[in-house]
Amino acid sequence: MTSDRSAAPGTLLDVLCPMHLVLDADGRIVHAGPTAQKVLGPAVPVGRAFLELFDVKRPRLAPGVAGLRAAAGRRLHCVLRDAPGIELKGVAAPLPGDRGIGPPDGLIVDLSFGIGLIDAVGRHELTSRDFAATDLAVEMLYLVEAKAAVMDAFQKLSQRLQGAKAAAEEEAHTDTLTGLRNRRALDPVIRRLIARGADFTLMHLDLDYFKSVNDTLGHAAGDHVLRRVARILREETRSEDTVIRVGGDEFVLIFAEALSDARLAELARRLIRRLEDALSIGGEVARISGSIGTTRSANYATPRLAVMMDDADLALYAAKEAGRGCHVAFAPDLRRAVARHTVDAATGD
Amino acid sequence: MHGLINRAIELFVRDTYGQDTWGEVAGRSELVPQDFEAMLDYPDAVTRDVLAGVSRVLDKPEAAILEDIGTYLVSHPTAEALRRLLRFSGTDFTDFLHSLDDLPARARLAVPQLILPPIELHDHDGHRFSVAVGAGRSGGLSFGYVLLGLLRAMADDYGVLVTLDHKGRRDGVETIEVRVLETAFARGRSFSLGAAL
Repeated sequence: MTSDRSAAPGTLLDVLCPMHLVLDADGRIVHAGPTAQKVLGPAVPVGRAFLELFDVKRPRLAPGVAGLRAAAGRRLHCVLRDAPGIELKGVAAPLPGDRGIGPPDGLIVDLSFGIGLIDAVGRHELTSRDFAATDLAVEMLYLVEAKAAVMDAFQKLSQRLQGAKAAAEEEAHTDTLTGLRNRRALDPVIRRLIARGADFTLMHLDLDYFKSVNDTLGHAAGDHVLRRVARILREETRSEDTVIRVGGDEFVLIFAEALSDARLAELARRLIRRLEDALSIGGEVARISGSIGTTRSANYATPRLAVMMDDADLALYAAKEAGRGCHVAFAPDLRRAVARHTVDAATGD
Repeated sequence: MHGLINRAIELFVRDTYGQDTWGEVAGRSELVPQDFEAMLDYPDAVTRDVLAGVSRVLDKPEAAILEDIGTYLVSHPTAEALRRLLRFSGTDFTDFLHSLDDLPARARLAVPQLILPPIELHDHDGHRFSVAVGAGRSGGLSFGYVLLGLLRAMADDYGVLVTLDHKGRRDGVETIEVRVLETAFARGRSFSLGAAL
């Protein structure tokens, strides 16, 4: 009969807090709520000492059941000695000295999974029925899953936006007719090379006689010529080089290396030769050529984009002056020659 | 309308009738791009337009399409995450019915911008229920039909035999009658709390 009476608070508490334990005055478990039994495993914990099964991490307790009793009402952080990874929260409440509602001078310890809930649910195969009807544990699990689903959706959205941004940037830097990079690409490419301190060579190519192809054979033929020029330029450069169509029939090639004078001259010659190959379009023959001005980053103590572009332009101008289909490499005296030329032109007028 | 709702309509059409059917719907509604982003907001008119387009392309009344969408949301593998979230609401079907009033709040807990119309359950005798679905800010969408399809699929999920009846709309409130005939009709689908984690 006495054991029935000592179990009485247990049956009530099974509903109210299914993860509770009733301890006797020596700290031995006399009753375990249904969820506590599930968590403690098939071996019935009745008769075992609470402190043998559980390690109370915080607050630090005086040894034995007296320590537990002294901490009554405080939040206990404890772990199962068999499953130290799952943190439990608990609270102990002392029972009175008579047999009124349980073992005299015993304790009730109610437990819950704090933040360790998610691991615990998987480990102990808990269902909603294992939690008190008022417990928010299931709502917390709901929120965790809902959060994961929403985060997943946002992550996918970000990835798609990232992809779209990269595509838009690529498009913004691409010339749609030739597939070459466009003028907008010039600045970032050269700045990158300068920032890296890399040696590079800048080539400014202007097509000769292109306007007459456009005028006599039409714009479609002109487009055809431009696409062939683009193909030749791509074939004559390496993947680390950059080919940019900066204007209608103007191109800038950036070679990511310091070419020797001889190699640069040879490269320009070969390009011009290939550009001069006749192209037949609808029975008509289109002939173009190209003039090239070049400069190298090694010409400058500190290479600057605007200065290098000006110098390549100057060299191109000199090439055009020297007759079509020529290459001129920039040298400082070109600047003086042009200055003189400009003065001559102004005074001779 | 929240993108999740538009995306649900889109995925329902894609998964049930194929990509081409969706292409036709999107083309008719002049959707650019042709897919919805679940986490962006769209004007209500877009949803109405798309739904009307689905109805025309499938030659089916909108109410039937909304009901099918409700069923799809619980039973199709694409929407498994949602089925799980719904199952958190109740340990059995009756428990689930009693949690319907909380559904808009639960939705908001997951996605604060997702506003569902208010839902109110009336328990007549433990077997007969009626569910009132208010107009709320549903943008003219008859959410009651979606809920009808959803309840049908949830009953299956719990293995319960029910009859469901949409009683129409009065003063902006739709009413669904639910009759639970047998609570252990079939085994239902399994649900464990930690399965997705």
